[in-house]
Order: sequence, then C-alpha cells, then structure tokens
Amino acid sequence: MQDQRDLWDWEMFFRALPPVLEGFLTVTLLVTVLGTAIAAVLGLVWAMLIRLAPQPVSGIVKWFVAFIRMTPIVVQLLFAYYAFLMVDAMTIGIVVFGIHYSTYMSEVYRAGIDAVPKGQWEATTALSMSTRRTWAAVVIPQALRATVPALGNYAISMFKDTPFLLVIGVVEMVNAAQIFGGNNFRYVEAITLAGIIFLLASYPTSVLIRRMEKRLAYAN
Amino acid sequence: MLENIQATVEAWPFLARGLWVTIQLTVLGSALALVLAIILGLMAGAPARALSVPGRIIIEFFRGTSLVVQLFFIFFVLPQFGIDLPGMVVGVLALGLNYGAYAAEVVRGSIASVPRGQWEATTALSMSPVHRMRRVIFPQAWALMIPSLASLMVHLLKGTAIVSVILLQDFTFHLDQLRRVTDTTWAYAVVGLVGYFVLALALTLVMNALEARAKHRLGRGPSLREILSPTPTAKDSLSTAGRGF
Repeated sequence: MQDQRDLWDWEMFFRALPPVLEGFLTVTLLVTVLGTAIAAVLGLVWAMLIRLAPQPVSGIVKWFVAFIRMTPIVVQLLFAYYAFLMVDAMTIGIVVFGIHYSTYMSEVYRAGIDAVPKGQWEATTALSMSTRRTWAAVVIPQALRATVPALGNYAISMFKDTPFLLVIGVVEMVNAAQIFGGNNFRYVEAITLAGIIFLLASYPTSVLIRRMEKRLAYAN
Repeated sequence: MLENIQATVEAWPFLARGLWVTIQLTVLGSALALVLAIILGLMAGAPARALSVPGRIIIEFFRGTSLVVQLFFIFFVLPQFGIDLPGMVVGVLALGLNYGAYAAEVVRGSIASVPRGQWEATTALSMSPVHRMRRVIFPQAWALMIPSLASLMVHLLKGTAIVSVILLQDFTFHLDQLRRVTDTTWAYAVVGLVGYFVLALALTLVMNALEARAKHRLGRGPSLREILSPTPTAKDSLSTAGRGF
C-alpha cells in the first residue's frame, strides 16, 4: 500500500480502467447516440409544428420548447425518474436527454429553414409543387445540410452532460470513476481518467465539426 | 392539491434558503466565469503565440472535460492533497472554470468581429494597445457578446442543479425534501421546473437591459431610462433599436 499522498499511482490507474471504460462504452456512448437520434428527430418535429401548425398548437409547442430549454436537465431527470418508477433509469435518461436536447435542436432547424433562399420557395410555387413535396424535396434537404455542424456540437455537449445521469443512479463513466474512488479511498486516477476520456473523445470531434463548418461555408 | 400547497407553504423557509444558494452559485459562478473569460479570451485572441497557445490549451481543457468531472476533481481529489475547500467554493470554482472557458470563446470571437476600420483608426490615432482595447474595441465587443453570454448564464444557472451531489443544499436538494411530503409531479414539475424557469426569465430580462445599456453607450438605441419610462420621449420615438424590451 502506497502513501495516500502520492501524486499518482499507475497501478491504481490501470485498476480503474475496466470499470470506467465499461461505464463509457455501455452507458455514456449509448445514451449519447440514442439521445442524439431522438433529439434530431424531435427537434425537427418541434420546428415544423411551430412553423406549420395552426395557432393554438404552435403557440403551445413554442412555450413547451422554451420551458424545457430554460429548466435544468437534472430536475427533469429527477421528475421523470420518480414519475415513471416502472421504467428503468437508463431508458428515462435516454428519453429525457433526447427531449431536452431536441429543444436546442429545434432552434437550429428553425434557423436552417429560415436560411433557405426565398427563390427556392418561389421556384416550388412556379413548379406548382404540393406543400408536402416542397418540404420533403426542396426545403428540408437544404435546411438539413446547413444544420449538420450545429447538431454535431450539440451531440458533443450532450456527451459531456451525460454525468448528470448520476442523480438518478445510472452508473455512467464519471459515476463509475467516483464509485471506484470511494471503494479505494483514492480518487485522483479514476476521475482524471474520466476527464481524459472526455477530452480524447470530444476534442477531435469538435475539430472535425469545425472543419466541416468551414467546408460548408465555402460551398455556399 | 390542497395538501400539496399546504406542505409547500410549510416547506417554504427551506425552499427559499435553497433558492438563495442557487442564486449565489449563479451570480458568483458567472462573475468568476466572466473574469476568466475576459482573461482567456484576450489571451487566445492575442497576436503573440506565447499568449494565444496557452490560452487555447486552457480553454480546450476546461471545455473538453465535463463540468461534473471538474466538480468531482475539486471535491474528491484536491482534499487528498490537503486542499479542502468549503462546498460553496467548490461549486463556484467548478461552474466558473467550466462556463468561463465557453465564455472565453465568445469574448475572443466578439473581439475578432469588431470591424477592421476601428482597429485601423486606433493605430492612426497612435493609441497604446491597452488604451485601444479599453476605450474602443472592448466596449463594441461587449455589446456584441452580451446575447451569447446571457444564454451561457442560463446554462450556468441550469448547471447549478448538479451541486446537490457534492452535498450543497441548493434549490434542487430541497425539492427532493419536498417530494417526500408531496407528490413527485408537484415537487419537481410545478415547484421545481417553474421555479427555475422564473429565475431564468429574470436573468434574461436583466441581460436584455444590460445589452440595451451597452448599445446606448455606443450611441445605438435608447437608454435604459428611456426604455423603462412610461411616457415615451421624443428621442425615444425616433429610435428603432432596443424596442423589443
């Protein structure tokens, strides 16, 4: 047993690897991927409803989206967890992350739809396209292209928010690190490891997204 | 329903104490974040690589590792090396460092987007770099950065809800106490989410006022007093900016 005050203990680091990596692969990544998928779809639904639905509906959706966006995901997680006790915490987490981030993404879609040039809309009228075809074949494909980088950035920020899941007892990466630290009376290696994994996964992705942003800007 | 209201009234002193902790965390965390953001933003945007490279590394480090990792590092790891900080300081430090790094990007971007002519004019007037930043560039960048800083502040407010995991008794902590005597929907959805929503709205209003003031000082848009006065002045009806308040 080494001195508690040793700055760094490699043996402890390698012992912390399996549980922390397991939390990363089985929970953190899974929640990020499924949560992003839900958020990407629901966000488009909110944006379309706010734009196309008749008044009472679009107004209600607008307020709902603002309300979810301006309140903490931690409280939303706790609420959903205790309100649906029969559903397992992991599913609750995926759905709440999906809904919370869909409210950010709806803004991205709104901006993307607004950025489709007026001439495109006029062209669909000139070609007497139906509303359905206008959206499906002309507006959405162009709007989506411009929104990909922003959606990627939200996926990264969701990834870094996944430790909030520990409030409903889900053992994701940081919670796993904390539990390991508690069991061994030594936190530095496990928590640092979790930080390094976050940095290694999110920094290259954000560089890629920045490059994609630049390429899209040149293409226009 | 009636029991819920009664229980909430009885729990109110605790909820108010929790709200106060949340407000303190938000205000102090934002203040620290702002100071760090200005220092790091100026560093990252500096022409000298000796400043910009360390600035970039610090920003990417605190942005790239999650808020909760930073919180746990300060709460669990530092005491192991004899640095034992009170809970409130741990919360403010983690929030300030994390959101400060995000805000530094806003500061850097806003300074970079002050028009080139303004920079050239300061050179023509042979202003010193400090004088240029303080009197010409920063006031203009400040008006540009307030909307983004406002949305980061709302994020910071929402981020404070995690501090109950390091045993701080904030609003979320007391909501959990309330849940034990009322029902879940009441405690978390009605009292909790609405409470945070009202705080976030108040914060947004304050930041809108700050933006109007910053624009007015640049000679764009009416002053705060003009906006808030019940009788529109002649000057007010001439200007168009800042009316959405």
